[in-house]
Amino acid sequence: MVGRAAPGLGWDRVRAALARMDLLLVVLLMIAVLTALQPQFFLTRENLTNVARQIASNAVLALGQLLVVVTAGIDLSVGSVMGLCMTVLALATKAGWPALASLAAAVALGAGVGAANGLALTRLHLPHPFIATLATLNVARGATYLLSGGVPISGLSPEVRWLGSADLTVFPGTPLATAIPISFLVVVALYGAGTVFLRRTPTGRHLYALGGNPRAAQYAGIDTARLLVLVYVLCGALAGVAGVLLAGRVNSAYPTAGIGAELDSIAAVIIGGASFFGGRGTPGGVFLGAVIMGLLRNGLNLMNVSVFWQQVFIGLIILLAVYVDVLRRRAAQLES
Amino acid sequence: MSAPARVEMRGITKRFGPVVALQSVDFSVQPGEVVGLVGDNGAGKSTLMKILTGVYRPDAGEIRFEGRQVHFSSPLDSRRLGIEMVYQDLGLAENLDTVANLFLGRELTRPVWLWRLLDEPAMERRAAEHLEALRVELPSLRLAVERLSGGQRQAVAIARATAFAAKLVIMDEPTASLAVAEAGKVLELIRRLRDQGVSVVLISHRLQDVLDVSDRVMVLNRGRVAGVLPGHSARMEDVVALIVGGAA
Ligand SMILES: Nc1ncnc2c1ncn2[C@@H]1O[C@H](COP(=O)(O)OP(=O)(O)OP(=O)(O)O)[C@@H](O)[C@H]1O
Ligand SMILES: [Mg+2]
Repeated sequence: MVGRAAPGLGWDRVRAALARMDLLLVVLLMIAVLTALQPQFFLTRENLTNVARQIASNAVLALGQLLVVVTAGIDLSVGSVMGLCMTVLALATKAGWPALASLAAAVALGAGVGAANGLALTRLHLPHPFIATLATLNVARGATYLLSGGVPISGLSPEVRWLGSADLTVFPGTPLATAIPISFLVVVALYGAGTVFLRRTPTGRHLYALGGNPRAAQYAGIDTARLLVLVYVLCGALAGVAGVLLAGRVNSAYPTAGIGAELDSIAAVIIGGASFFGGRGTPGGVFLGAVIMGLLRNGLNLMNVSVFWQQVFIGLIILLAVYVDVLRRRAAQLES
Repeated sequence: MSAPARVEMRGITKRFGPVVALQSVDFSVQPGEVVGLVGDNGAGKSTLMKILTGVYRPDAGEIRFEGRQVHFSSPLDSRRLGIEMVYQDLGLAENLDTVANLFLGRELTRPVWLWRLLDEPAMERRAAEHLEALRVELPSLRLAVERLSGGQRQAVAIARATAFAAKLVIMDEPTASLAVAEAGKVLELIRRLRDQGVSVVLISHRLQDVLDVSDRVMVLNRGRVAGVLPGHSARMEDVVALIVGGAA
C-alpha cells in the first residue's frame, strides 16, 4: 500500500540513524578506552576543552569538503586556501585593517578561490575537480610563501585570538563550571546551519540529486553549473573560516599552515559516512568523523605515540570506516 | 479556424558531431491527442523529444507551443509550460526517495523566518494522493528509489511526469521494464490523460501497444520522417515497412 510508512520512519531513515549510531558508538568506545588507559589525563575538563579546540579547523574544512563530496566532487585546495587566508588575515591586521574587515577579507578570499575552482570545472570544462583544485592547491600555497616571505607572521587582532582560543565558561563558580572553546561553538553553529541547508532546503536537496544522478538533476531543470560553483565557493569560504580559527588558536600565520589538511578533511568526510560517488553523507556524520580523528590524535598524544605512528593509525581508521560502510551496504542489498 | 496545435515542431535538425540524428523533421500534437512515435534503435525518437523538453537545442528548426514560438534552454522552461517527459533512462535520483523525486526541482516549501524550508509533510501527502490516483503501489514513499524494483521505478517516473497538471506528457519507453498487466495500466493511464485533454506522445517498440492507444503514429527512419499513419486503422505491416524501409 502507498504511504503507510509514517514520515521519518522509512527503513532508510532507520538505517541512516543506525549508521550514525555506530559512529556515535565508536566515539563512546574511544572515550571509554582512553579513559581507562589515561584515567588521570584524558577525562579532565582541560583535556576535553583542548580536544574541542583542536578539532575546530579540521571540522570546518570537513564541512566544506562534505558539500563538495555530496556532488561527487573533491576539493584538494582547502589546506592551501586555509594557509593563504591565514597569511592574508595576518597581513591585513599588520596593515592596520579593522578586525572585521580583515576577517571578511580572509573569508572572501577563500570564497574567491572556491569560485575559481567552480568556474574551472563548469566553464573551462576541466574533466574532474581533482585537476582544478590540484592547480589551486599549488597556486594558493605558492602565493602564501610569496606574500609571507616564507616566515611566520605573528600578532593577530584580539578578536581573531578570541575566536580561536577564548573559552566561554558555562555554570561559572559552580562545580559544573566548564570552559567551552568559542571556536567549538563556531563549529557547532556552522554544522547546524549546514544541516538545515543540506537537509531542509530545496538547494540542499538538489545537491544530493546532482550527486546521485546528474542527469536527473538536469532533467528536473536544476541549474547544475550554478550549484557546482556554489559548493566550491562555500567550501573555499569555510576554508577561510578554518584559517581564522587556526590563526587565532596559535596567534600566528605560518606559511606551512594547512599542508596536508585537505587530506584530513577528506578523511573526516569518509569516516563520517559520506560516499565518494556522491549523493550521500550528512553533516552530523562528518562532525563525528572529525571528532573521531581528534580523539584518536589526542589519545595517541597522551600515550606518547609518535606522530608518525599517529598517521599510520589514521590511515587504518579510514580503511576500517570505508570497509564497515561496504559491509553495511552489502547487508542492505542482501536484505532487499 | 481550428485551434493551434498544442505543439508544433518544424524543420528540426540535430547533429551530434558527425552524426545527423534528425534531418528537417516536422512533428505536431493536438490537444487531447495521443501520438505514437516509432522507429528503429537510433532513429532519433528520444533526441526529437529531448529537443521538445529543452534537454538539447536544435541546430535548425522552430518549436511552437499553442501557436507561440518558444525557445527552451532547459527542461525547466518546458515544464513551466506544462510539458513533462518520462525519460528512457527514467532520470531519477536513485539516492533520494519517491517523494523527493516526484517534487525534484519544484519542491513545496514553507517560510521559516527568512528561509524557505522543505515542507515534507505536504509533499508526502500530495505524493501519496497522486500515487493513489494512479493506483501505484509502493512499499514506502520514503524508501530510496534505488531500493525499488524496475517496474516500481518506472511507475515513479510516470507519476512525476503526471503530478503537475501537465498539458503534454511524453513517455519514452514507459513500459519497457513492465509486466503485461503493469504495461496495461500505463496504456489505461494514457487513455485517461487523453480524456482529460492532455496530449500524449508515446515512444515504444511494442508496436501493438502503440497502435492500440494512438490517434496517430509517426515513423522515424534514420533521422527522417518516414510516414504518418492514423493510429487505429493502421496495419502493423505498413508500420513495420516504414520502420525498416530504405534499408537497402
Ligand atoms: N548525446 C548524444 N551524443 C551523441 N550522439 C547521440 C546523443 N544522443 C543521441 N545520439 C545519436 O543520435 C542518434 C539518435 O539517437 P536517439 O537516442 O534519438 O535514438 P532513438 O530513436 O531514441 O533510439 P532507441 O530506440 O534505441 O531509444 C543515434 O545515432 C545516437 O547515437
Ligand atoms: Mg530512445
